[in-house]
Amino acid sequence: MDVQATTPLDPRVLDSMLPYLTAYYGNPHSRTHAYGWESEAAMEKARRQVADLIGADPREIIFTSGATESNNMALKGVARFYKSRKKHIITTQTEHKCVLDSCRFLETEGFRVTYLPVKKNGLIDLKELEAAFQPDTSLVSVMTVNNEIGVKQPIHDIGEICRARKVFFHTDAAQAVGKIPMDVNDMKIDLMSISGHKIYGPKGVGAIYVRRRPRVRLEPVQSGGGQERGLRSGTVPTPLAVGLGAACEVAQQEMEYDHKRISQLAERLVTKIMSEVPHVVMNGDREHRYPGCINLSFAYVEGESLLMALKDVALSSGSACTSASLEPSYVLRAIGTDEDLAHSSIRFGIGRFTTEEEVDYTVQKCIQHVKRLREMSPLWEMVQDGIDLKSIKWTQH
Amino acid sequence: MAASSRAQVLRLYRALLRESQRFSSYNYRTYAIRRIRDAFRENKNIKDSEKIEELVNKAKANLEVIHRQVTIGQLYSTQKLVIEGPGNT
Repeated sequence: MDVQATTPLDPRVLDSMLPYLTAYYGNPHSRTHAYGWESEAAMEKARRQVADLIGADPREIIFTSGATESNNMALKGVARFYKSRKKHIITTQTEHKCVLDSCRFLETEGFRVTYLPVKKNGLIDLKELEAAFQPDTSLVSVMTVNNEIGVKQPIHDIGEICRARKVFFHTDAAQAVGKIPMDVNDMKIDLMSISGHKIYGPKGVGAIYVRRRPRVRLEPVQSGGGQERGLRSGTVPTPLAVGLGAACEVAQQEMEYDHKRISQLAERLVTKIMSEVPHVVMNGDREHRYPGCINLSFAYVEGESLLMALKDVALSSGSACTSASLEPSYVLRAIGTDEDLAHSSIRFGIGRFTTEEEVDYTVQKCIQHVKRLREMSPLWEMVQDGIDLKSIKWTQH
Repeated sequence: MAASSRAQVLRLYRALLRESQRFSSYNYRTYAIRRIRDAFRENKNIKDSEKIEELVNKAKANLEVIHRQVTIGQLYSTQKLVIEGPGNT
């Protein structure tokens, strides 16, 4: 139930990869013998499969090690290439850590970054975006589907706004590609990050889409043999690339089927929990969201205690990258969730292989433990007595 | 080329389900069975013989994938999930 962190490998994907882990081990960049040609053909087929899923040209797809690398490449690459004329970047407060961290790094190199706030529902305000543009803005980076609360940003509108101003638009679509329809031309996206292991593909592979017309130019982050049009040196891992390609093809075929089923299961989970337990808040916009990522706050329950109680169910209070710390999620704080509710949130992920039984088991355990934890909580008792917790003056010892 | 007969399609359907039943992973097993059932139901009214042939070929290819993946799955088996405990199947 934590498919936002990672997804299991689809058997169809593994089946396509295995020959390249055994018989066909050639270096796809070797031009002098058949081993290389076989691998190159497989890699190019995979590139086409990725491109087809997002409506791009295969030449616009660069294989990377994952969405984190793609995001680094997009932000640092574009910013550095145009640094002589443009020194400003716009992003949002709810981006993934690797985007925010890349931005922090660029700030130390002398770039200016605007971190747009988001509204209560987790979406950005387009008016604020328009107001944030400066004459020397080179790049706007907004993620398509948020990894913690599942909200879907108005990518189409943002694309229009950026294109009208001739500013490049990057989107981190790791949680969106293969799950909702994405078309880079229709949405006017100039750069897009894709991850393999969020779409039932292997870990350690991803891709970045880089538009050719109008051309987006990047300064490579990694120096070396000049593979991938010189943008990402290093041998492309053929089996992983093949796996990403196969995952994209399967995702394209199964998108409608998966989406329908995931929506049903999500509905089942939310209705059951909401009808049994009071004071549950759903974080993020109700309408503009990807249904497979549900973030609920259980008031008067400590999220981590609930996760401990539900230890036989794989759940998380936020993203895997930050799950080691007890700090409440910065995404929830950005949407204005109160500190106490941010501490009591749990993210439920539903994917291709989730079953009704798993949803029901999770719901039943969750309801049982929320009730139990609340019975132990003095705060809950006070709420039952009608005391407004916000009116209490806590003394510090 | 003659289209596959009803009996052939049904035989393929049963073979797919039987093979999927052998997945040791709970999630793969339930997914495969569900997906096969839904796909055959969705396409049961198709009359165009070319289309039928195309789907039958796809199903045959998938049967081979399932067969190989079941074998791999059995080589690396893991603990059962809580869902699969007594009372839950």
